[in-house]
Amino acid sequence: MATKVYMEALSPTMEEGRIVKWLKRENESVTDGDVLAEVETDKAIMELQARGEGTLRKVLAVEGDTVEVGTMIGVIAANDEDIAKILATVGVTDTEQGQAGGASPDEVSQQLQTAEPEPTAAPTGPAASSLLPADRVKSSPLARRLAKERQVDLRVIQGTGPGGRITKRDVESAVPGPRHVTATVGPAYEDVPLSQIRKTIATRLSASIGPVPHFFLTAEIDMEQIAEAREALNSIPDAPRISYNDIIIKIVAQALRQHPECNAWWQDDHIRYFNDVHISVAVSVEEGLITPVIRNAQLKSLREIAGEGRELARRARERKLKPEEYTGGTFSISNLGMFDIAQFTAVINPPEAGILAVGSIADAPVVLNGEMTIRKQMRVTMSCDHRVIDGATGARFLQTLKRMLENPLAMVW
Amino acid sequence: MAQTATAQVLDTEQAGFYRRLLRQICLIRRFEERAGESYALGKIGGFCHLYIGQEAVAVGALAALREDDCVMGSYRDHGHALARGMTSREVMAELYGKVTGCSRGKGGSMHLFSVDRQYLGGHGIVGAHIPLVTGAAFAIKYREEDRVALGFFGEAAVNNGAFHEALNMAAVWKLPAIFVAENNRYGMGTATERASAVYDVATRACSYDMDQEMIDGMDVLAVYEATARAVERAREQKLPTLLEARTYRFMGHSMSDPIHGHYRNREEIDEQKKRDPLHAFRDRLVADGIMTAEEYEQMEGEIAEELDDAIAFADESADPDPYELYTDVYVD
Amino acid sequence: MPTITYRDALNQALKEEMERDPSVFLMGEEVGVYQGAYKVSRGLLDIFGEKRVVDTPITELGFAGVGVGAAMTGLRPVIEFMTWNFALLAADQIVNSAAKTLYMSGGQIRIPIVFRGPGGAALQLAAQHSQAFDSWYAHIPGLKVVAPSTPYDAKGLLKSAIRDDNPVVFLEGEMMYNHKGEIPEGEYTIPLGEADVKLAGSDVTLVCHAKTVAIAQKAAHQLAEEYGISAEIVDLRTIRPLDVDTIVKSVVKTNRCVVVEEGWPFCGIGAQVVDYIQLHAFDHLDAPVLRVTQADVPIPYNKRLEKAAKPNPDKVIDAVKQITYLD
Repeated sequence: MATKVYMEALSPTMEEGRIVKWLKRENESVTDGDVLAEVETDKAIMELQARGEGTLRKVLAVEGDTVEVGTMIGVIAANDEDIAKILATVGVTDTEQGQAGGASPDEVSQQLQTAEPEPTAAPTGPAASSLLPADRVKSSPLARRLAKERQVDLRVIQGTGPGGRITKRDVESAVPGPRHVTATVGPAYEDVPLSQIRKTIATRLSASIGPVPHFFLTAEIDMEQIAEAREALNSIPDAPRISYNDIIIKIVAQALRQHPECNAWWQDDHIRYFNDVHISVAVSVEEGLITPVIRNAQLKSLREIAGEGRELARRARERKLKPEEYTGGTFSISNLGMFDIAQFTAVINPPEAGILAVGSIADAPVVLNGEMTIRKQMRVTMSCDHRVIDGATGARFLQTLKRMLENPLAMVW
Repeated sequence: MAQTATAQVLDTEQAGFYRRLLRQICLIRRFEERAGESYALGKIGGFCHLYIGQEAVAVGALAALREDDCVMGSYRDHGHALARGMTSREVMAELYGKVTGCSRGKGGSMHLFSVDRQYLGGHGIVGAHIPLVTGAAFAIKYREEDRVALGFFGEAAVNNGAFHEALNMAAVWKLPAIFVAENNRYGMGTATERASAVYDVATRACSYDMDQEMIDGMDVLAVYEATARAVERAREQKLPTLLEARTYRFMGHSMSDPIHGHYRNREEIDEQKKRDPLHAFRDRLVADGIMTAEEYEQMEGEIAEELDDAIAFADESADPDPYELYTDVYVD
Repeated sequence: MPTITYRDALNQALKEEMERDPSVFLMGEEVGVYQGAYKVSRGLLDIFGEKRVVDTPITELGFAGVGVGAAMTGLRPVIEFMTWNFALLAADQIVNSAAKTLYMSGGQIRIPIVFRGPGGAALQLAAQHSQAFDSWYAHIPGLKVVAPSTPYDAKGLLKSAIRDDNPVVFLEGEMMYNHKGEIPEGEYTIPLGEADVKLAGSDVTLVCHAKTVAIAQKAAHQLAEEYGISAEIVDLRTIRPLDVDTIVKSVVKTNRCVVVEEGWPFCGIGAQVVDYIQLHAFDHLDAPVLRVTQADVPIPYNKRLEKAAKPNPDKVIDAVKQITYLD
């Protein structure tokens, strides 16, 4: 008696699940209770157990596929048992390799829409389809790249080129997408598809607090050494004056390099993690606020940041900034210290996922080595987009930032 | 009294000149012997063609030139380079393939170059550089200078089309070129009479209505004097000359060729060695009282020291940097 | 701008450079009294005299070597071959003397020389007079190889070639000498090593040079009219050093490429271009890169056979249709 394997609801709220890994392969024998696959639910990675005995005769969803609860994803049966009828109910014939197939074109297109990355992953192992000639899909190099970018499995696309070669045209008509700029040198960022957990967090938190679910983290930072360092830098003759804000920009950029998870954009269906740090600096102008961007701040010296920041601020006040000069930031800094604001919270500048609100630097009594002493202190508050950054993630970033600011030599370390 | 004094001054000058010629011949001989040793030790690679036996040709001919005259040669070019005044250090270092070599290790034995000495190569394709000599002479005339261009080549090159084309143009355009055919009797292993319908190279000049001379290439003074006449013709009348120097190669064609091989026998070589240009000129200078046997031995000692130094220099010099692989392909 | 022929553009370049630099001279068969076999040197003898416009015997090896020798000693010769077919006799001087002396001399001796003349097939000249040797010379490190397609390019590139301190092989074409085009008044040069996008397009790149540029232009016109295909034309202009950037940029844009050349297919210029494309634009290709070349045979005398052997717009259009999957 054959047993159909279904995507099961493995949590009370789960509506769909993503197959992380098949632990049993096709034609492997299975006993009741064996773990067949790992499935990512909206909460965690769970185990899908076999509910019958025999051989895993057919696998109907590949690793990486996201499948609705209740969808048949495999068949367990005796070796000599005819499972053609069962397979026919989902439009698969027994001779086919285990493909992510469905009964109707609708299901195929549904697969397309929900397909996760790693489109080449086959049930028999991630690299198998590109190595085995039988599985080889004829496609142009460009088509392969486009398919990867648009997260579509080439095997479900009908090639119209010579010998069925899948071409750019075929990929584009299968998955109309934004036209990609093709001439890139290295990756400027990495797009990571949303996991089930991310999706759930996004939905729940947005619903609770508004489109951008903020939370706030505050740290008190000892600025004594920074003050000394700044004084030393500013005693260099003929050098541009370095402000506290310049130093904070530089160190935030350095810290973000160590915490790329905070250097990101929320993109509705994915999160874009940037490899470079472009700092939006809030500048108040007559009619409000604008955020000119210091690009690649992680690569720039303090002198460069100081010079560029001053120039951008000047042009901002003269309303001469070009659009590309105030867009494209990956993280914001807003500094109200000059207004003697000790601490405040800033509103996130979407699609960025974080903003740092910087308060004033003031002498304050602190306990150091068991003694009360007066030192320069500063409070920063980071606003985080909870869809991207979790509490601990943001806290770890702030911890790094604090460590760096309290020991400025870390900048050159 | 005054006359005698002048004659004595002249004699002294001439004696000095002769001693210099002898020193150059000796230097080339000993240099080539040391090059042969270094080749055997694996210090020198590739093709290596020794000039032993032919020294009087390069030394005599180049003694008749000025420093600003322009000289080219074939691949058997160590003697030409040294007679042109290039140092034994820079030539040996080039044979060793070192960056201190005259061609920075990129030319090797067959491609010695020195712009300073106006020695414009060391060319490896038989006969192909003869048009270059005509070209250099063309440029001299074009710029209305009184320099001359002189090129050495073996007698086997004269059966090559390039020889004919180059001499014809030099004659048609009346260019200050001197073509020196070093007739050592063999084109590699092929005797001249087996390859050439006309044995005497010099007679070919009549095809171009060009002046020619056939000279004893073992006699450095004969080579010098004939070249001096050709130089005067080139400088004064802008006319080319073909010289044929009858000489002999005591060694094999290259290091891979035994001294006599199948194409000549020991007796022939021994017979030719009686004309050894080094011994002949040394004996003459000693006999004429221009140099004593002791002075000659002293000179040999000095040359040995110079070559010890050249070998050590070549040995100790660095290889070209790896990046040199891609330099000098184009002028930037 | 004045309209002149390719021939007169070359003539202007020679005249201007000879006026500018007294070390420049022209040498070759029939360049003087006869006024040039193809009249490129027309009038130059009258202006510059026999010293600088030198008629030679029919001896390609010889006068090519004379040119190299003169260049070694500081002159800037322009050596005209009546056709590149005859220059095979001079190949030893071009390859062994001109191209290698700088390297072999450890950088001491420069060879600033231009070898120029028409190449490739004209009309019914039969096999020995109808050869494109572009790839032969492009194979040799130490040589630069230039092949202009228009009067404007011919003048600007020849002037740059004459001023270049390296040996330059400059390939013209009998069938191009009468081509007309606009050139600006007064002095200009075009740097060697820069391709020119003769037509911007989005669907397919046609890489071509010299005579095949006109073929590509006709094909591009027809492709646009009849098939709505937008072709981009990249005219190499200089074959060595090759402007790989321009080729790759174009292919990255269009995702498809046809390389059109006059020479034979085996080890041709197109083979090298295809190699660069697969190396630098592999992930941007939506189709194999196709080549249109002359047939892999000696060029026949018979008019119809000769026509069939040469590249033409129809062959280019067929290739483009194949790789745009229109067939």
